[in-house]
Amino acid sequence: MLEVQDLDAGYGRAQVLFGVSLSISAGETLALLGRNGMGKTTTVRALMGLLRPWRGAVSFAGTRLAGLPPHRIAQAGLGLVPEGRQVFPTLTVAENLAATARPGPWTRARVLALLPRLAERLSHRGLQLSGGEQQMVAIGRALMTNPRLLILDEATEGLAPLMRAEIFRALAALRAEGQAVLIIDKQVAELRRLADRIAVLEKGRVIWHGRSAEADGVERLLHL
Amino acid sequence: MSVGLLLVQTLNGLELGVLLFLIAAGLTLVFGVMDVVNLAHGVQYMLGAYLAVAFAAATGSFWLAVPLAAAASLLLGAVLERLVFRRLVGADHLDQVLATFGLILLAEEGVKLVWGPAPRSLAIPDLLAGTVPLFGGLRYAVYRLAVLGAGLLVAGLLALLIERTRAGMRLRAGASNAAMLSALGVDVGRLFALVLAAGAMLAGFAGAVAAPIVSVDPGMGGPVLILAFVVIVLGGAGSVRGSFLAALLVGLTDTLGRSLLDAALAGALPPAAARTAGPALASMLIYLLMAAVLAFRPGGLLPARGRA
Repeated sequence: MLEVQDLDAGYGRAQVLFGVSLSISAGETLALLGRNGMGKTTTVRALMGLLRPWRGAVSFAGTRLAGLPPHRIAQAGLGLVPEGRQVFPTLTVAENLAATARPGPWTRARVLALLPRLAERLSHRGLQLSGGEQQMVAIGRALMTNPRLLILDEATEGLAPLMRAEIFRALAALRAEGQAVLIIDKQVAELRRLADRIAVLEKGRVIWHGRSAEADGVERLLHL
Repeated sequence: MSVGLLLVQTLNGLELGVLLFLIAAGLTLVFGVMDVVNLAHGVQYMLGAYLAVAFAAATGSFWLAVPLAAAASLLLGAVLERLVFRRLVGADHLDQVLATFGLILLAEEGVKLVWGPAPRSLAIPDLLAGTVPLFGGLRYAVYRLAVLGAGLLVAGLLALLIERTRAGMRLRAGASNAAMLSALGVDVGRLFALVLAAGAMLAGFAGAVAAPIVSVDPGMGGPVLILAFVVIVLGGAGSVRGSFLAALLVGLTDTLGRSLLDAALAGALPPAAARTAGPALASMLIYLLMAAVLAFRPGGLLPARGRA
């Protein structure tokens, strides 16, 4: 469904990504691992059109995405849960969910069933929420755009263990429903349980990829 | 100062406040959502007044002239967005200042060519002519009350649009994080075009309804623009609600400050000194207000980005 081939990207004259290739099939969960500064967020930004790729091809369900503006890429079916959550601070939770919603199977009722904690917070503003609640809003907001591929950049970074568990539980439910997911996180053990496949980025290059079951050496690659 | 006079000045201040709000609403969104500094926004106010004068002359009706002027302002805003402002998104602030200052020069000279440099005026319609009595034997112009009412009505409609509709949610979302909004599938460029045209219409409407009570001249947009910038900084860039609050504060501070200061200084200083110090201090008041508010709330009264 998503095909990334030989992607180069960077900021100014500093190249960050060197020939990154990835693919995700429908219903599949891919975990992208790597230490800080290895190019994970840059990959996401280049996929979403928030950063213009220098070279390479990105196609999604037959549509060429590289070079399109972010809103066209999102409309093609990519739903972003960004690093740092970036919930709209002055909008209520209900408004955060509704503002960018597009028609499809994901409705507010389904999002609230998946993330029940949000049901009690619907009238709270984004800036009044805890980090975990903000992350749930960010996930719900992306699901309400009815994406064919959900992209989570730092899915549980900085969250309390309880919140982390809740979010991984929600992601496992999504996977069971056949939602395709690209996830970035530092919880390697959790990701190995959740993801079908794993790719490891090091200095802007994919240095390993394979099935989660075969990823025994991944911790060593990440210098953990 | 008598209670009656205080009431008159309060009404005057509120009236200035709602006019400022109509001008600042578009300006704060264009600045807040797209980070574009639009110095030419005062021109929309000035052109709105001229258009109202021209349409009133052509149709013979004030009641047709105002909506026609507002519609023409909307159209002009849409054309300028396509020709000029679209190119200024993401540009350096200095480029934006230069381009929009160029628009001011063009518009002011253009108006002088078409209508001449002499001030024009628009007659108050019969229905809104005359005065109503306040207590203490003072009277207040019906038209000024109507301007206040129309301004509050438009502000109310705008609030409804921004607080209750999906387009309004997107505006508020864009004012805090436009990149995120676009990454969720919203064409922020189109949103910007709508905001720019609607903002031009509001400023044009303000100019049209102000035309009967101000001198309609090519330079009338300048002072109003400066006040509108004070309003958007004070209210928090991108926040329409903040602009409304700030516009009323600026209107009241400016109007009441002038008369109260005169009265206070006349009691404290020799007459000659009071006559010079009064206006000088009064014109500083809104800037003192702005400095005081920003010292405690650097993001303005109601910042669009949340806690600033």
